[in-house]
Amino acid sequence: MALTYHLQVVNLLAALLLLISFAMLSQRRIVNLVTLFAWQGAALSASTAIVAWSTGQHHLYWSAGLTLLLKVIVMPWFFYRLVRQLDVNRDVEAMLNIPTTMLIGIALVIFAFNLALPISQMSGTVTRSTLGIAMACVLLAFLMMITRRKAITQVIGFLAMENSLFFAATSATYGMPLVVEMGVALDVLVGVFVLGIFFFQIRETFDSLDLRHMEKLKER
Amino acid sequence: MPPSFALSAAGNVALAWGGVLFWLCLGFAALFLQRARGLNDLIFPLGALGALFMAGVGIAGVLGTPTAIVLPIGLPDLPFHLRLDPLSGFFLTLLGGAAFGVTLVAWGYFRSLESGPLALIALWYHLFLAGMATVLLADDAYAFMVAWEVMALSSYFLVTSAHDQPEIRRAGFLYLLIAHVGAVALLLCFGVLQGGAGDYTFNSMRLAETTPYWASVAYLLALFGFGAKAGLVPLHVWLPEAHPAAPSPVSALMSGVMLKTAIYGLLRVTFDLLNIQLAWWGTLALALGLISALYGVIFAAVQSDMKRLLAWSSIENIGVILAGFGLTLIFHTDGKGALAALALTATLYHALNHAFFKGLLFTGAGAVLHTTGERNMDKLGGLMRVMPWTAWLTLIGALAIAGLPPLNGFVSEWLLLQAFLFTPGLNQPYLNMLIPVATAAVALAAALAAYVMVKFFGVTFLGVTRSGVVAQAHEAGCRERIGMIWLAAGCVLLGLFPAQVIGWLAPVARQLTGHTLPNDGNWLLLAPLDAERASYAPLLFLAVVAATLLLVFVWVRRVYHGHVRHAAPWDCGYPEQDARMQDTAEGFGQPIRHIFSAFMGVEREEPDPFDRQPRHSSATLDQIWFFVYLPIARLSNWISAQFGRLQHGSIQWYLIYSFATLIFLLVFVTG
Repeated sequence: MALTYHLQVVNLLAALLLLISFAMLSQRRIVNLVTLFAWQGAALSASTAIVAWSTGQHHLYWSAGLTLLLKVIVMPWFFYRLVRQLDVNRDVEAMLNIPTTMLIGIALVIFAFNLALPISQMSGTVTRSTLGIAMACVLLAFLMMITRRKAITQVIGFLAMENSLFFAATSATYGMPLVVEMGVALDVLVGVFVLGIFFFQIRETFDSLDLRHMEKLKER
Repeated sequence: MPPSFALSAAGNVALAWGGVLFWLCLGFAALFLQRARGLNDLIFPLGALGALFMAGVGIAGVLGTPTAIVLPIGLPDLPFHLRLDPLSGFFLTLLGGAAFGVTLVAWGYFRSLESGPLALIALWYHLFLAGMATVLLADDAYAFMVAWEVMALSSYFLVTSAHDQPEIRRAGFLYLLIAHVGAVALLLCFGVLQGGAGDYTFNSMRLAETTPYWASVAYLLALFGFGAKAGLVPLHVWLPEAHPAAPSPVSALMSGVMLKTAIYGLLRVTFDLLNIQLAWWGTLALALGLISALYGVIFAAVQSDMKRLLAWSSIENIGVILAGFGLTLIFHTDGKGALAALALTATLYHALNHAFFKGLLFTGAGAVLHTTGERNMDKLGGLMRVMPWTAWLTLIGALAIAGLPPLNGFVSEWLLLQAFLFTPGLNQPYLNMLIPVATAAVALAAALAAYVMVKFFGVTFLGVTRSGVVAQAHEAGCRERIGMIWLAAGCVLLGLFPAQVIGWLAPVARQLTGHTLPNDGNWLLLAPLDAERASYAPLLFLAVVAATLLLVFVWVRRVYHGHVRHAAPWDCGYPEQDARMQDTAEGFGQPIRHIFSAFMGVEREEPDPFDRQPRHSSATLDQIWFFVYLPIARLSNWISAQFGRLQHGSIQWYLIYSFATLIFLLVFVTG
């Protein structure tokens, strides 16, 4: 049956997404992180396209195209340029060491699957089983934001979280209305450019993109 | 009720609202037309006329049937409900009557200001008046709270009109803080009163069936909220700070009228909005009132600052009024309707009297302050020769507040003591035993109030001049004098015609307690319950006093005068008498400070024996400030500091907070 075949591809792509999330969590170099982010976008785009094809939800094609354009081409290109200009392609210091982070990540994945179980039973979509993965990806991206000290990695973590949310929306409800998605995409794009400007400002003020310097900004 | 008292088709309430609008227009006209010359001479007299109009509407409101209107202003679906019933009418009369005199004084007092500050003061002043009037007219919680806040904020800006001085900003902050803590309690109180119906009109609150438990909660919240505005101990600390800071006409209005809006609110909530009353509420109010009265008068006795003394005296009077309120509740819940009406009448009478004599005293103190720039009584003295009008008018106020017949203070305190003396008929044995103590406390407070006034008047106006500031002093202007004459006339007339006033108050007593005093129609003799038991004829008393005075005057002048021998061989030990030999404010208060030292902290600074320029100073401190307010302030600072720890400045920590919240919420959703 065609549906199950497509479903298996979607499941495969979902597993890939999770794998990429773990890879991002363990990655120390920013350029590689950007590459992984681009791959994540590609997987997301492909899975959205397959869902669109198998269920006949035509607006999902637009979403897939938009994801491909923004998250696989424009943003990674922008980040590569940014990394080159800011000259920050060194090891990213993590707050926790990588193995500990991975262990916490595994715990989060288990938690997310437990969480998604009752929800996906209620959902009526063909892709509902991937909801747990989507939630796990959200939590992992959050974890990445917490454990990294450089401003750029925070932004990539934030975008990865947005990717996962998008995936969650697709798998639970066949995506949000197109207008909302386009709005979100535009927001993300503008946000990234604004943050890019911020990076320069932060480096100018603190001579570094390390967020520890910003702790001086608190009261007292 | 005779319908002839309804002065317009929509009823008196529409007229009252017209007066409020008139005040609002005046305030904004003062702001926008501040460049026009001679504006001050137009705005304040018109404001005073508005006050007189309000008093008239209030008098009609007491006598007429309740009228109500709904105004389509405010938020959508939340119109303002206004209602004028006898209770509102009484307090509206109080507002208008006192505000008329005070506004005339303000006309002269603020004359010397520049146009900018003057316009702002005129704006806040009239907003303040309009806010107070709307509080009295409001018939739903929403309109009430809006008006209440307008009143609090405009008076805050009036208090801090000299905001370039840090201590005045501090006083203003304290006032605003306590006013808002009280307002929060009121908001909660109205929340309880609406009883889950979701309808915040007073009408639906009247119909709501509250259980004794929730009624008690509402009553306690109201007592706290209105007590904060009235200056009930221990919520009184803003009064001695805010009154010296405010311009004198504003102090007069705040003390004379604004404190009464709190009494109005308490009466409205307890007797009108709540469908049941419990006996212990009255006992609580009585106890708190007596504590306030004694605490206030003791501290008033040891002050050297005129306005601070008057502020403490306001606390005392509010305490007496509240004790009367508590007694009313006790009688009312005990089924003694006529006695409840007596106690209520005494309470209302005292509130009205206090508006007049405290307004008079504050404006008198303001006239002194205006011309000498000095609030410390120890630097004044002998002002009676320089400003005789102010001195004589203030003397009337001082005698009235001291409770001397035939002035108005005596009537209300006498009525209140009469009410206290009737308590042995109560059905509660414990109360029966405790009430005599309370009676003694009221009597003590009244006696000490007289002591305070001897000090206030004697040290300020009598004796020999203590410092150079008095030399440049001059008499208050004619505008101030007219205002003060109005207030003094109020004190005299309220004292001379009590039977008429009590007859006029009957609808209020009937509205709240269901009973009225047996008014036998004798305009000369005031006999609250039974002429056999106690009666008072003020006009007769006045005639006897006047006759005695005349006789003594004639005797001294005609008969004795010729035999006076002038000789100065020994001078009774005073060969050289100077200003420093006379009693000072500090010295006059010393016995009280000595006797009641347990209640107050006294900070003394003794000079060193070898000091070339020895200085002695002593300050009396309000212990409540140290034992209640400072611990609360420290506690809230500590809690804030604990929350301050959440701020690390590290983005990672902030992300962890969000992450933990997210995880917690997810667990919460699924669990």
